[in-house]
Amino acid sequence: MIEKKCREILDRYHREKGNIISILQDMQESFGYIREDAVNWFSEQLNIPASNFYGVATFYAQFYLKPRGKNIITGCCGTACHVKGSAPIINSLREHLAIPEGGDTSRDGKVTIESVACVGACSIAPVFIVNKKVFGKMTLDRVPEMIKEIS
Amino acid sequence: MNNNGLEGLVIKVCVGTGGLAAGSQEVIDEFNKTLAARKVRAAVRKKCVSKTGCRGFCAKDVLVDVVRNGKSFTYQLVSPDKVSRIVDEHIISGNPVEEWLVGPDYHTFHSKQTKILLQQCGQIDPEDIRSYIDIGGYKAAKKALSLDPFEVIEEVRASGLRGRGGAGFLTGLKWEFCKMSGGTPKYIICNADEGDPGAFMDRSIIEGNPHSVIEGMIIGAHAIGAEKGYIYIRAEYPLAVDRLRTALSQARAKKFLGKKIFNSRMNFDIEIKLGAGAFVCGESTALMRSIEGKRGTPRPTPPRSVNKGLWGRPTALNNVETLANIPIIMNRGAGWFASIGTKKNTGTKLFALTGKVKNTGLIEVPMGISLKEIIYDIGGGMEDKNRRFKAVQTGGPSGGCIPASYLNMPVDYESLVNIGSMMGSGGMVVMDDTTCMVEMARFFLTFTENESCGKCVPCRVGTKRMLEVLTRITEGRGKEGDIDLLTELGTDIRLSSLCGLGQSAPNPVLSTINFFREEYEAHIKDGICPARACKSLRRYAVDAELCRMCGKCFRVCPSGAVVWEKKQKAVIDKEKCIKCGACYDACPFGSIL
Repeated sequence: MIEKKCREILDRYHREKGNIISILQDMQESFGYIREDAVNWFSEQLNIPASNFYGVATFYAQFYLKPRGKNIITGCCGTACHVKGSAPIINSLREHLAIPEGGDTSRDGKVTIESVACVGACSIAPVFIVNKKVFGKMTLDRVPEMIKEIS
Repeated sequence: MNNNGLEGLVIKVCVGTGGLAAGSQEVIDEFNKTLAARKVRAAVRKKCVSKTGCRGFCAKDVLVDVVRNGKSFTYQLVSPDKVSRIVDEHIISGNPVEEWLVGPDYHTFHSKQTKILLQQCGQIDPEDIRSYIDIGGYKAAKKALSLDPFEVIEEVRASGLRGRGGAGFLTGLKWEFCKMSGGTPKYIICNADEGDPGAFMDRSIIEGNPHSVIEGMIIGAHAIGAEKGYIYIRAEYPLAVDRLRTALSQARAKKFLGKKIFNSRMNFDIEIKLGAGAFVCGESTALMRSIEGKRGTPRPTPPRSVNKGLWGRPTALNNVETLANIPIIMNRGAGWFASIGTKKNTGTKLFALTGKVKNTGLIEVPMGISLKEIIYDIGGGMEDKNRRFKAVQTGGPSGGCIPASYLNMPVDYESLVNIGSMMGSGGMVVMDDTTCMVEMARFFLTFTENESCGKCVPCRVGTKRMLEVLTRITEGRGKEGDIDLLTELGTDIRLSSLCGLGQSAPNPVLSTINFFREEYEAHIKDGICPARACKSLRRYAVDAELCRMCGKCFRVCPSGAVVWEKKQKAVIDKEKCIKCGACYDACPFGSIL
């Protein structure tokens, strides 16, 4: 089953050089994270050492080597959001969703909270994104609104 | 129904990220539904609800323009429940709903601006190439292709356009170097990896007018002799990526991209490359390695990218805003462009005005305008009237904080660098007296330390050491001599780092030490945070005069440090207090000190 999806990805890129990042991006889109078996499959097909894939995957913030939650909450920690107080909201979310200390995903795998440097919507800071839906001018009182989005 | 006044009815709804977050899609749906129900749609017989890009005043989104009978009115803060009244009273009966129209602050917000790039953004439907062609789009590319490449380069050079990505290198000169450089094929790259926290100019241009960037790239490709272009864009901007994909396929269908474009002999196409979340990839050599599918680490220069860039070939790398200016220069002439702004800083610049200012949003101003005009006239002053302006931060994590005494300074590349900040790509974050400057410097250092690629030692280790010192100062563990240590470290990192990230990483620290040294000293010597922002330095106590004995502080305290009983004033046990600040936030009477 993995192979079928991998082959689809390979067919898209195959002919051109320099597509490790694009392949990893598609891999993550298909599987939710960077799977070891998938990396090994591509490594063999393309005759590129797996270490090259991991070198790239660990360099960029976008790639995850572990499965993530079913729902993703992104909290923006850019300058404007920071000045307007995004940190207390993230803490409150973590508390509400019982995210274990030191981790970013709830124990049942239902939700992952991540923070990013800037989503570029600073004029409506602080900004949160719940499964692609943008919440602007967020306040502590409105935290339940975001939690409601999570199925 | 009477069709009078409905000829040419247009309803424009802003669909930038700001607008969509405020619910503009719901507003559009509601307009379509209501217009159909009131049979207006049948009367005007065409699609009259259109989408536009960001008008900049995102604080008042959803913004809706209603053009009826040739007159345009703008509504602010529109929500779906307001739609039916606008349709009934304004569109059908011709009486605009006065109380929902934009107020005077909307007009002051715009009056000091010079809208050239943003004017188009608010006018056209970004998802429809015809809408761009209708206002003269792709004429400039057609014209450029009929000229000799050197004529195009000369025009851009004469306009004085400088790179909007931060450093301000003359665009015409860069193209000339690339044109003159031996080796084929050549590449042109659009840098849309807008990684500065606090900046969103490039996102707004691409979301609002993606074709202007594509047209700029076609002209650039002709000038330098490239057949392939890349747009390197952040994956964090999904809407901008979608709009670009749509725009590229529409341009291909019109034969503006592909083989023999515009019926000339030129072949040119553009590919999108998604960034994978690394700030250092905004640096030119790192960006090119990332397009090559490698770890995005920079390399020493020279050789410069114009000689050995992508795949070792001559490459011109231009920022989104720079490229969007190119068609305008070709259409209206270098002389016209050079007449805007100042002698060495021509044209306009977009800024993302955010933070503790009343009117936040995207603004476009002539180069050389003063900070005061931006913050007080366009921005409307402080968000909270009782707060004092303290500093404005420009240039993101590579820039510095500018204090009130420099408010009359003109905003141009040189002036900003002279006082230890920089233009950067154009983020402008306003801070009031509740922002602690040491904490701000620590915030930026956390960012650069985290984003340092690790290739060179000064940046990798130096930023880490600086962050440790800053953290201990904000936690009240600062030592005598820490300020000197930070200055020394900062200067060394600036001089010895490999790329722009490391060279500019100490700027936020050095500029805050320069202008707000007393705040650092207060933290270290007196154990006080003057802005009351650093939690570990707060000493919580109850002002017995103000306490109304409500017990709210007692209930929120997580560590049992508040001693309170009914009809008794609260007291805080300093031994048990963990300085979380919950009591301070909970007290309705301001009695917690």
